[in-house]
Amino acid sequence: MSVRRPLPRWADIVLLPAINLAMAFLISGMVVLMIGENPLEAVQVILYGAFGYGDGVGYTLYYATNFVFAGLAFAIAAHAGLFNIGGNGQAYVAGLGAILVGLALDQTHWLIVMPLAMLAAGAVGGFWALIPGYLQAKRGSHVVITTIMFNFIAAALMVYMVNRVLKPNNTMAPESETLDVMGRVPQLREFIPYFGYSPVNLTIVVAVAFLVLAYILIWHTKLGYQLRTLGQNPVASKYAGMSNSRLIMIAMTLSGACAGMIAINEVMGVQHRLVLDFVADAGFVGIAVALIGRNHPIGIGLAAILFGALYQGGQELQFVIPAVTREMIEVIQALIILFTGAMEGLFRPALERGFVLLSLEQKAEATARATVDSES
Amino acid sequence: MDIDLILSMANATMRLATPLLLAALAGLYSERSGIFDIGLEGKMLASAFAAATVAAVTGNVWLGLFAGVIVSILTTMLQGFASITLKGNQMIAGVAVTMLAIGMTTFLGQTWFRQGGRTPQLSGDARFAPIELPFARELADVPVIGALYSDILSGHYILVYVAFLAVPVTAYVLYRTRFGLRLRAVGENPKAVDTAGISVTLQRYQAIFITGILAGLSGAYFSIAQGAGFGNEMTAGKGYVALAALIFSKWRPVPVMFTCLLFGFLDALQIRMQNVELPLVGQVPVQLVQALPYILTVVLLAGFIGKAVGPKAGGVPYVKER
Amino acid sequence: MSEQTTNTQRPDPAAAPSGDNGDWAIELEKINKSFGPVHANKDIDLKVKRGTIHGIVGENGAGKSTLMSILYGFYTADSGTIRVNGVPHAITDSRHALALGIGMVHQHFMLVDNMTVLENVVLGAEDSPLLNKTLAHARSQLVELGREYSLEVDPDALIENISVGQQQRVEILKALFRGADTLILDEPTGVLTPAEADHLFRVLETLRAEGKTVILITHKLREIMAITDEVSVMRGGEMVETLKTSETNPEELAELMVGRRVLLRVEKEPANPGDIVLEVENLSVTDRMGVQRVKSVSFSVRAGEIVGIAGVAGNGQTELLEAISGIADPTSGVVKIKGKPLDIRGDDGAARARRAGMAHVPEDRHRMGLVTTFEEWENSILGYETYPDYGKGMILDIAAAQKEAQRRIEMFDIRPDNIRLRTANFSGGNQQKIVLAREMDRELEVLVVGQPTRGVDIGAIEFIHKQIIKMRDAGKAVLLVSVELDEIRSLSDRILVMFDGHIVGEADPETANESELGMMMAGMNQKEAAQ
Repeated sequence: MSVRRPLPRWADIVLLPAINLAMAFLISGMVVLMIGENPLEAVQVILYGAFGYGDGVGYTLYYATNFVFAGLAFAIAAHAGLFNIGGNGQAYVAGLGAILVGLALDQTHWLIVMPLAMLAAGAVGGFWALIPGYLQAKRGSHVVITTIMFNFIAAALMVYMVNRVLKPNNTMAPESETLDVMGRVPQLREFIPYFGYSPVNLTIVVAVAFLVLAYILIWHTKLGYQLRTLGQNPVASKYAGMSNSRLIMIAMTLSGACAGMIAINEVMGVQHRLVLDFVADAGFVGIAVALIGRNHPIGIGLAAILFGALYQGGQELQFVIPAVTREMIEVIQALIILFTGAMEGLFRPALERGFVLLSLEQKAEATARATVDSES
Repeated sequence: MDIDLILSMANATMRLATPLLLAALAGLYSERSGIFDIGLEGKMLASAFAAATVAAVTGNVWLGLFAGVIVSILTTMLQGFASITLKGNQMIAGVAVTMLAIGMTTFLGQTWFRQGGRTPQLSGDARFAPIELPFARELADVPVIGALYSDILSGHYILVYVAFLAVPVTAYVLYRTRFGLRLRAVGENPKAVDTAGISVTLQRYQAIFITGILAGLSGAYFSIAQGAGFGNEMTAGKGYVALAALIFSKWRPVPVMFTCLLFGFLDALQIRMQNVELPLVGQVPVQLVQALPYILTVVLLAGFIGKAVGPKAGGVPYVKER
Repeated sequence: MSEQTTNTQRPDPAAAPSGDNGDWAIELEKINKSFGPVHANKDIDLKVKRGTIHGIVGENGAGKSTLMSILYGFYTADSGTIRVNGVPHAITDSRHALALGIGMVHQHFMLVDNMTVLENVVLGAEDSPLLNKTLAHARSQLVELGREYSLEVDPDALIENISVGQQQRVEILKALFRGADTLILDEPTGVLTPAEADHLFRVLETLRAEGKTVILITHKLREIMAITDEVSVMRGGEMVETLKTSETNPEELAELMVGRRVLLRVEKEPANPGDIVLEVENLSVTDRMGVQRVKSVSFSVRAGEIVGIAGVAGNGQTELLEAISGIADPTSGVVKIKGKPLDIRGDDGAARARRAGMAHVPEDRHRMGLVTTFEEWENSILGYETYPDYGKGMILDIAAAQKEAQRRIEMFDIRPDNIRLRTANFSGGNQQKIVLAREMDRELEVLVVGQPTRGVDIGAIEFIHKQIIKMRDAGKAVLLVSVELDEIRSLSDRILVMFDGHIVGEADPETANESELGMMMAGMNQKEAAQ
């Protein structure tokens, strides 16, 4: 093996993810080519669909709101060394908290309903993540497996709750009663007509606030320091006197609460009632968002917009190029997870070698120049 | 309960346990070698799609099965390449492979057949037919044995018999062969295997090759045996139930069979219970029955009933040089 | 261990087989190996005579294990030639090495815990795809080998159920079962009791008598003098010298190992002990496997004295340290500081111990004392991050932490002088200084130190020893645990000897003699040892 040195920080944070992202797009492009369509045209359609007009931008931001929460949920747990793939289930059950507050506070102004719904959704989502966290901390059950199981348990629970508890007697559709207009989280189009009919709502402000709060939490608080210590070296955190089990439970609860905010965006801001499977697969997109965003709030914000654009542009795609359906977006997303998450080792060694060569060359050049200088 | 109900429940249990059993055994080979596999679902889905597509195009169920297995092996190898050669995160690799399979199958299905992601309906030689075991009809009237043999054991698809046969074979391979010895060792302490002069990488690739075959059979069962064609996300999380079954049986082949039968029975029960009013209880919450495999697994993982400790080296890529 | 092996016992090497230099079992020429920026082996030459026991000594990190791992095919050399029995071979993997008759017993055993002895022995050497025949054949061979070399073990026992000494036998049997002519042992006595070590040496002598070649890696000079025929000294990745054991002495070897005269005694004033500060009463610790590792241990440390705990590694010292410092829960017993019992139980016991004035330099800085992915300043607050010095509320005062880290870098001469550098990029000695600085540079009553100089270069060792004595002279109570007897003797004011979870005796470092301490470390009680 030749000499390898860790990458410079900028290459680690920007260059490598960019290369992996490019690979994912390249392969997706090849799939599009394979079915006889023009990938460049598809890119154009996606870009226009996502950013070309007010509705498109609005939808992009609406999706991005979900993905910020999902990405942060994954990242907070990841900083503590936990692999929470239960974001989907946590967001789903959080819908219960949101809708119960919303329905209980009928005829109440949204300025009161929204914070309370956030608390409730956060509490329920957090609780749904706390159980696997508790089992990991106290009983040593692997959080990956338990969160998978909890996704399915959540799905069963919600079907039961919606059909048997929340569904009004006079409807057939499996959904709860609709929220009163007063209590709904306002959509941005009410103030900014530019957004057309898109559902982007004030929850996006919460999302931005969460990004800032997460940054402060992880890098500027004592708790964040402890969580990162646990994530990097759990023996060291024990030695330092941190309670690992307490930290695991805190990290999972915060993670689940974050995922729970998806319910605010969907239930309070868009659907205005509890419907089945309202999370779609946002929880899983969050994994991709956090991976490509390197678990950093800035990266997560950017990646969420990228995925929001892909989702919105993908919707557009099937109208313009019927052969390329929106499932293509799922393929891209899976490839991004694959390249940035699991196959990071593909390009890193080559890149590291490249940088060593580069620095050697620079050194050689510098020496050569120095020699010339001294001779002249 | 009347005898017919019991018989039909037993029959349904076997049918529903089969894909779980194949998938759980698939996972057993992978996880015993130290590669955690949360991508079973993806492999099954990819196989189900490939099998249905090839069976529809060629009209030959065997070619369909073959295609399903090949695609499952390729998917497994991709996951393996990330986990073994590139030493990437095994969990992420599993998630990625599953999402890739969900996206690709729906996307290609829609592009190729334009039926909302479904493949064309299979019939005749393009789909497996139930096999009647020899003398099933003759023995049908013999009390007890007749019912057991003719109504429960006979009349299944060939993959059902393959699945149940794979249990003793796996047990034999695992505990009585050189391959099995090395497989168990590499999942516990890969360094010991390496210093004994065996390639950890090769051993793990061999293990997941078998994983690919079995997951392929499991996936194909959905689309060309139990069903007559592929539908969107038709494996419906069964890959995760299989994973639960594998953990629940503590990574041992014979308990895997019994667990899959239990989970298959719960599934059959759940179908049977839909909209049934029971005295006192009222309408049974079938969702509870549906969630039971997951709940049981969590309870086991939590150590409230026994303790599930997986292969020690599981989930950790083998890095030789410091 | 003290018995001198005379060279006359050694049979003449077997008559040279084919080839003109049949005398050499192993010849290594110009071996090079780098791990990233670390050049672990530099142009190493080594020749090992057939039928001898050849020692390789060197400090931790001298490159001994790397060199042998290359010979065993576990690592591949970047360059160089390996000749086995005079024939050059490019050994690519362990299978290749085994086929050439080279076997190795690693420092950390390469056994599968939940498989039987028999299964472990045949692993990789099965003679057919089915196990039945292989196992039957191996079973009889195992019994035979066990008898021949007095290495009896129960073939059906699970590895996790047998003692460390037994596990080592299994490792040797593994090599012999594969027909090894050359056996490499990497620090084989580190985990053994003296009695077990003696037994091992008799086994090695039997092997030599049968014409087999043994390469013994160790950093214990006593072992080299006792058993080897020739000895090679390595230092800093280079081969320094190969000598006939009969023509050298421990002082010369030590000098070669270290590169200059070793300062065996640390300069220090006599101790001036004050009141009792740390008290440990009837402390018992049971590990996760349910084995009692510390058995009702009691002792005390006064202000201004260093109490050293000596013992062979694995006799409960690690568990004792972890219990006192609040990391692992004791099953019973009390720890007091200045008469006040400490509440050290529970997940965050270490935090309470710290707050009561106990600083702890752990045995293993990589595993425990540092987060190597953190920047230097971040490690400088580990364990103290909740203290008001670094911000009053929940917010971490990064500026204050960094300022303090900068001050410590200067105070402890930590290099490079960069608080933003990742800790992994510091050398072992400097990493240890980061830990020491963090633990010493504050108000404290008791300093608990485990293996302070493990894997640390010689310059840093002196510095670290001086710092520890400085703490004593400042009136702190110091508890020192080390497996290096020399370190214990030169630093301590009082020595306690630990064996099998008990404190088996106490000695004065000025008057105690080596053999008396050695006997106590082997489990003799003080009276027996004194006789």
